This record gives sequence, C-alpha cells and structure tokens, in this order.
Amino acid sequence: MAAVATQALLGLFRDADSVAAALDRLRAANFAGHNLKVLTDTPYPEGAFGEDHEGHRLYVFPFIGATCGFSVGLLLTIGTQLAYPMVTGGKPVLSVPPIVHILYEGTMLGAILFTVLGIVFESRLPDLSGAPHDPRISEGYLGVLVTRTDGRRDVAERELRAAGAVDIITK
Amino acid sequence: MKDRNDIPAPKVNDDLLAFPLVTPLWFWLVAGALGTIVGLAVLTVFLMALVGLQILGYTNTQQWAVLITNFVFWVGISHAGVMISAILRLTQAEWRRPVTRAAEVLTVFALGTALTFPLIHTGRVWRTLYWVFPYDFTRGIWPDPRSALVWDPSAIVTYLTSSSMFVYIALIPDLAVARDRSVGWKHRFYSILAMGFRGTTRQWKLQTIAGILLSALILPVFVSVHSIVSFDFAMALQPGWHSTVFAPYFVIGAVWSGVSAVATLMALLRWAFHLQDYITPDHFDAIGRLLLVVSNAWLYFFALDVFFGIMGREEAELAMWNLRMFTWPWNVEFIIFALTGYLIPVGLMLFRKIRRNITAMLWISLLVNVGMWLERWILIVPPLSFKQPFVFQWRNWYTPQWPEFILVLGSFALVSLGVLVFSKLFPIIPLFDIKEGQVLKDELKIGRVRVPAVIRE
Repeated sequence: MAAVATQALLGLFRDADSVAAALDRLRAANFAGHNLKVLTDTPYPEGAFGEDHEGHRLYVFPFIGATCGFSVGLLLTIGTQLAYPMVTGGKPVLSVPPIVHILYEGTMLGAILFTVLGIVFESRLPDLSGAPHDPRISEGYLGVLVTRTDGRRDVAERELRAAGAVDIITK
Repeated sequence: MKDRNDIPAPKVNDDLLAFPLVTPLWFWLVAGALGTIVGLAVLTVFLMALVGLQILGYTNTQQWAVLITNFVFWVGISHAGVMISAILRLTQAEWRRPVTRAAEVLTVFALGTALTFPLIHTGRVWRTLYWVFPYDFTRGIWPDPRSALVWDPSAIVTYLTSSSMFVYIALIPDLAVARDRSVGWKHRFYSILAMGFRGTTRQWKLQTIAGILLSALILPVFVSVHSIVSFDFAMALQPGWHSTVFAPYFVIGAVWSGVSAVATLMALLRWAFHLQDYITPDHFDAIGRLLLVVSNAWLYFFALDVFFGIMGREEAELAMWNLRMFTWPWNVEFIIFALTGYLIPVGLMLFRKIRRNITAMLWISLLVNVGMWLERWILIVPPLSFKQPFVFQWRNWYTPQWPEFILVLGSFALVSLGVLVFSKLFPIIPLFDIKEGQVLKDELKIGRVRVPAVIRE
C-alpha cells in the first residue's frame, strides 16, 4: 500500500493564476505545502504562485571552495618553494607577488567550482525520483506536482480539476 | 528597448531548437570547410614539432611574434563573455537575454584556442607540462612560481574552467526542453546532461541566484586573466613592454575587441539561423553604445602608454616608439591599426542610424578586431627588433612565413567551428531567458503614449 500512499499527481495548467488557485485549494484540503511543487519552463517572480518559501545553503559553498582553493594555492607556491629552496637571480625564495597571484587564482577557482557543485546539489540534481513529468511543461504549460497524496489521490485530483487543470498525469 | 515581440513559448522552442534538432546541408559544408582549415593547422603544428621552429620566421631575438600575438588576441576576445554576460546579468540589463550565451560560448572557444598558442610556441609541447605543473616528486624539484610565465596557466585554467561551468549551469534548463522535444539518441544525450531538471520553483530560484553569484565570482577572474597576460610583457625589463599601465590597458583592450566580436557573432547568428525576432536593431544599438564607452576608455589607456613611453626621454623607449610609429613597415601598420582599431569604427558608431544597421555593425565590429589584432602585433614585435648587446649575427626583421599564416587562419577556423558545433548541439540563445522576458514584460500608459516596462523582483 506504500506505493498508493505516496502516489504522485501532476496537474497541468495554462496560466499562473490557476496554479496559484490550485495551491490554495490543495492546502485547504490539508496537503502539506512541502509536498506541492510548481513546474514551469521559465522562472517566475518568487511567490507568484503563493508557494512555500524554501531555504538553501548555496552561499556556504563558495566559502568552503575558496578555503580549499586557497590551501592548494599555498601548497603550490610556499610548499613547493620550501621543498626545494633555490635562489634565482638573488630573489627571495618566498616572493610575495607570485604567491599573491597564484593564491588569488586558486581561491577563485575553488570558490567557483564549489558554487557550481552547490547549485547542482541544492537544485536536487540529478533528479532520480521518477515523479510524473509532461513535455507540455516545456511548451508553456504550468504543472502542479503533488508529491505525496497519502491515499487521497481522488481529493487531490478533484482540487486540481476545480482550479482549472487541463490534464492530470499520474505515476 | 522598443523592439518587443510577443512570442509564445512553443514558437520560442520551435525557433531556437530548430538548428540543434534538425541538420541542414549547409552545416556539413561549413563544418567541413572549417574542419579542413583546422586540420591543416594541426598538420602544421606536427611539422613544427617534428622539424623545429626554424620553419617560422623567427630571428635571433624575435621569437615572440605571430603565435603570441594570436594568444593575446584570443584571450582578449574571450573577455566578451564575462563583459556581456556577467555585467549585464548583475545590472539586470534587459537586452542581455539573447546575447549572454553566445558571448559565454565565444569565451570558452576563444580561450581554448588562445591556450594552444603558448603551447605550440614552446616547440616541444609535451615539455610544457614540466614547467607548469609540479613534477619529479622523487627529486623534489618544482617549477618556479616566481616566473610570470607560470602565473598565466593558473589564471587561464581558472577562467576556462569557470566559463565552461558558467555555460553549463545556465544551459541546464534548456537541455530539459531539448530533452522533452527530442527522440532517440538525442533524447538520451539531453536527458543525461539535463540531470532530470524539472523546472521547480526551487530550481529556478537557484538558477537566478547562480547567474548572479557566478557572475560576481567570475568578474574578478576576468580582470585578473588579462592583467596576468599583460604581466608576461610588463614584468620583463624590455623597453616598450615594461609599463605599469599594461594591466588595465590590456583588460580594456580585451573588452573592446571582445564585445566587438560578440556584435559580429550576433549579426552572423541572426543571419544564419533567422533570428530576426530575437536579435533586433535595438540590441545592436545597445552594443554600439557600450562599445563607444569602452573604445574611449581603451584610447585613454593607449594614450597613457604612449605618453609614459615618450615623457621619460629614455633612449630605448624613444627609439621603440619611433620604430612603432614612424619606421617602415610598422608605420603603415600603425596607420591601419589607428584607422580600423578606433577612428573609423568610433566615427561611424556615433550615429544611431549606423548602430541600428546590422550589416554596418557587422563590418564595423570586424574592422575593430582587425585593428585590435594589429594593436597586439605592434605592441609585441617591434620591441624585440632592436639589436641586442653581444649578438653578432643580426637579422632584425621578422617576416612571418607560411606556417604563421596557416596558424592564424586555423585559429579563426577553430573558434568558428567550436561555436558552430555548439550551436548545432545546444540552443545558442537561452530559451528560458527569452521566455522570462515575455512573462515579465508589460506596457505602461503615460499620458498619450504606451511605454514598454519590465516587472522585476
């Protein structure tokens, strides 16, 4: 029965107002906000559908990456020079300008790579959930995905249709 | 932006995915021609590795010539991506929408091409790895990071990695659309790359933040890259190169040539893919105005370089500027550079009618890059033409030979082929950005006129 309890539903809509109405109706029917997702082919302004606010920790990633990159830069410049201290042209073994350049690039590279990882991680990608999807969303339709119907599939379907869903897809 | 078209989402998909999903005959012809030129350049590189660099026109002291000019030129072109994409994203400029991806893609391929030139220039490419990366762990000998030539790879690898990641992250939503529209191997290909992107409000929120955050992170890298490229010259004690103004001068020169290259690319894409609804005269007007500002900033730094060179009254510097500006054949090249690199393009772009004429902008932007290639050529080669102490066999004029011509041609073919193949596989104009523009646009009635407006968060 677990499969029936968690069965997901996707309602397709033509406009943003109907999607907002669908979310209101589903919440009124006691579907938890975190189980309702709006799918679109373009970014809408935040809160356009009255969806729940979802937090993220993306801003932490660049700092971790920058720290890692800085450490690698330090190892490449100071570490390698101290490992084989060779005086060239009377210049000090640990010269500040080269260290600054390579530390800077290492720090930025680390920050950017970790930001990219953070974007992928926080976007919950790759998505292997197998939740229903419809190619019409890529053509301008808007989808309301009810990720857990908890045995109340018929209620969810009724509310989606009442809000103006043009089609319902089940998985 | 007055040219606002109402384009429904399915038409945006039809128009912008037409080329990635259906292959016209001309693609094979053009790709074949470009591939042949690239192949010739690759053969030339093999020959250079086999017989040595004496097949180039190098002299006793002139060994930084066409290859290094090309390196600096393509690094310059690569600055288009960040200039257009990052700055316009950060400032939320509405006209960025059809421009950003082409600019970012140009960055990636131009930088990849630039990276090949210092490697080829070394003659024995495989040995370059020893200089750049730590080697020989058993004996504990490491490369010397005190050399400016070691800073280059760190900057360029950072920029290339960042730009490629930037392109990919912004591409994910469009890969999802391509996945939903394709069948067979293409469907599998786009499905893997899209990683199951569904377009949830959370994913879109992160996409928006990613655009701004990555722009903010890449922007300082972009400034550092061409600064460090300039250090290859400025850190040397060579008259004509040893200048404190080189870093900002190189950066602004890169922006001037890079943004011009974006204008060229936009005109060609519009023509090749029939993108008249997406790339309008308004976009060229905006790029033209941006170019006017950048060109004058570049002129300021160019003038500083000349003034600092002359005002010091150092004999070697004066002789070098005399060579660059008044001695045959550099004087003719200097005049062509001045005309094509500043006077003609800026003179023409002052007029709105010309900025809105796409054919004119195509030729003007090409002219700018002829001038900017010559600028790097004049900047790099003449200072090495002086007779050096203790050099007895002296042949002072460097003359490019056939391999140099093929390598220059090959570099243009490589970048063009890269952008063409990318456009064949992926939409070169961001679908979601165009659709977002459609969702957010509105009109305000003020008195008796209706004014286009954009709703922003």
